[in-house]
Amino acid sequence: MDTNKNTYTIIYATILVVIVAALLAIVSLSLKGVQDTNVEVEKQMQILGSAALAKDAKSAPSKNKYVQDEFAKYITKAFIVDAQGNVVEEFNSDIVKTEPFKISPKEQYEIMKKIEGGDESAKAQLKLPVYICTTPDATKVILSCYGQGLWGPIWGYMSLSEDLTTIEGILFDHESETPGLGAEIATEKFQSQFNGKTILKDGVVSPVKIVKGGVKNPENEVDAVSGATVTSTKVEDMITMWLKYYQPYINAKK
Amino acid sequence: MDKNIFKTPIIKGNPITVLVLGICSALAVTVKLEPALVMAIAVTIVTGLSSFLVSLIRKTIPNRIRIIVQLVVVAMFVILVQQILKAYAYDVSKQLSVYVGLIITNCIIMGRIEAFGLSEKPLPSLVDGLANGLGYGLVLVIVAFFRELFGSGTLFGMQVIPQSFYDAGYMNNGLFIMPPMALILIGCLIWIQRSFTKEDTK
Amino acid sequence: MESLNLFVKSIFVDNMIFAYFLGMCSFLAVSKNVKTSAGLGIAVIFVLGITLPINYLLNKYLLTPGALAWVSPSLADVDLSFLSFIIFIAVIASFVQLVEMIVEKFSPSLYSSLGIFLPLIAVNCAILGASLFMQQRAFPTLGQATVYGLGSGVGWFLAIVSIAAIREKITYSNVPKPLQGLGITFIVAGLMAIAFMSFMGIEL
Repeated sequence: MDTNKNTYTIIYATILVVIVAALLAIVSLSLKGVQDTNVEVEKQMQILGSAALAKDAKSAPSKNKYVQDEFAKYITKAFIVDAQGNVVEEFNSDIVKTEPFKISPKEQYEIMKKIEGGDESAKAQLKLPVYICTTPDATKVILSCYGQGLWGPIWGYMSLSEDLTTIEGILFDHESETPGLGAEIATEKFQSQFNGKTILKDGVVSPVKIVKGGVKNPENEVDAVSGATVTSTKVEDMITMWLKYYQPYINAKK
Repeated sequence: MDKNIFKTPIIKGNPITVLVLGICSALAVTVKLEPALVMAIAVTIVTGLSSFLVSLIRKTIPNRIRIIVQLVVVAMFVILVQQILKAYAYDVSKQLSVYVGLIITNCIIMGRIEAFGLSEKPLPSLVDGLANGLGYGLVLVIVAFFRELFGSGTLFGMQVIPQSFYDAGYMNNGLFIMPPMALILIGCLIWIQRSFTKEDTK
Repeated sequence: MESLNLFVKSIFVDNMIFAYFLGMCSFLAVSKNVKTSAGLGIAVIFVLGITLPINYLLNKYLLTPGALAWVSPSLADVDLSFLSFIIFIAVIASFVQLVEMIVEKFSPSLYSSLGIFLPLIAVNCAILGASLFMQQRAFPTLGQATVYGLGSGVGWFLAIVSIAAIREKITYSNVPKPLQGLGITFIVAGLMAIAFMSFMGIEL
């Protein structure tokens, strides 16, 4: 057969593309469930991580099961807060399947940007997730945050004391910050600085400041990652922005 | 089957240090051993299988769209690898991020298909692909070993440099984590290899 | 302003070669003299500057989860992101082939100086890499994606031309025998990468 003819080339290309696309679609569909679970488990792990829980996930025989169990055990309540600080919907069980967990912080971030841009009507769409974590020793309130880093998205979870005045733990993650520099925000060393910082002072929310060259006011300042000024500033912006929108809820709760 | 098909690519004809292929995407994943190892395995599998498949259909491929057909075959295997990693090794797939996709343009794969798969029978092509993948993986793992050991003081994430060293003033060498060190390490590897083989390598 | 910032950043700070090792194969293979390096560099800028916006549009209106909602709302759940590698590489390969044909037909002189590099570019990791980074970083506008493509191309051009210049000089130096050729090129590239690291942390 003449493999150089135009018709042959076109038919060949078409058949090849159809076969490859069909094969990939089958594989992708059949693995989608497992992949989605992975994404879910990661989110659960990060929420727990901000409250210093689920530390043994790496050594657990089945990581997914361990994290899911821990999440079900400690995260006892979750709800949505609107822009006025009212609790909209509250869930007490199977939190993974409920709306507060399914809310994408990314979409909320887009809405916040719209509001910042002067579109007041977007406020009605705002839905902020809040998780309540109960351990035998304490109850913590976990808030979400999401923003733009130097190169890609950064996000995190802040776990606050029950009276919402201090940070008990914090966890950040990022998609594509520079390794060794911006990526350091995802390390224990950077995050542990936030523990015990005050966010509520005299009834006003004052977010933690990330400063260069030495902390002067240990109450609510932490050291920036050296060499990664932009990423550090973006982390501060992210916390500031999200706390601003959580503020009505924090004030109401107080 | 000729044993040399398998033996040559590992050291004497190593794709990285001798043929200078496939350096592109790989070096960025050598900061830690674990992703380097996964990358090595992924590339080995993709090289072997795509060489095999192209060799199977080599007589039917229209010459004019040869490159695109090859790329589609390679891309298909890479997507399979990516999907499987995402499902069963989620953490590693996150660390590798875009570099999994870049296996497609890894010159070793295209190079082996062009040089071997297109003209030889399927089985030797499979062996040739696997061996080249292994040779590539070997370099990757060596580089990653040094970078993780000196850069973070760990191997596979486990602390190997004892705490007492740090107390005595030892510090992790931050330069090893940075990209330039990978290049310099490979330069040194080539140096060592060539002083042993003593071949004219101009 | 943001675009200018992104442009400069993608040239120096996130240089395709020195920060991400992308396009290394042709970087090492074709950098023996400045003239051919410059030719390849220009071809890379050109291809990056055009394939990146194309892939951006494809990604936005075809590949991301829910992207097909503009066709009909019932398609909002379709997630084709698993096809992105294959689509990106197909765009790049066919574009490269297209350019090759057009250039050959209309400007034979340009073809003879640039043409030999074009097939090499289809498998240049920097091109696919830029598309994948574009997808990962989710640039908000088409303009920014294009700027990023051009910037990465210029960065690559700079890198290959400068290493070619060094390699031209180094042939006259007394390098230990086993290190000659490839070995020293790697080490030089490493040192250049260290130099480029000094651009990190630049704010605009």
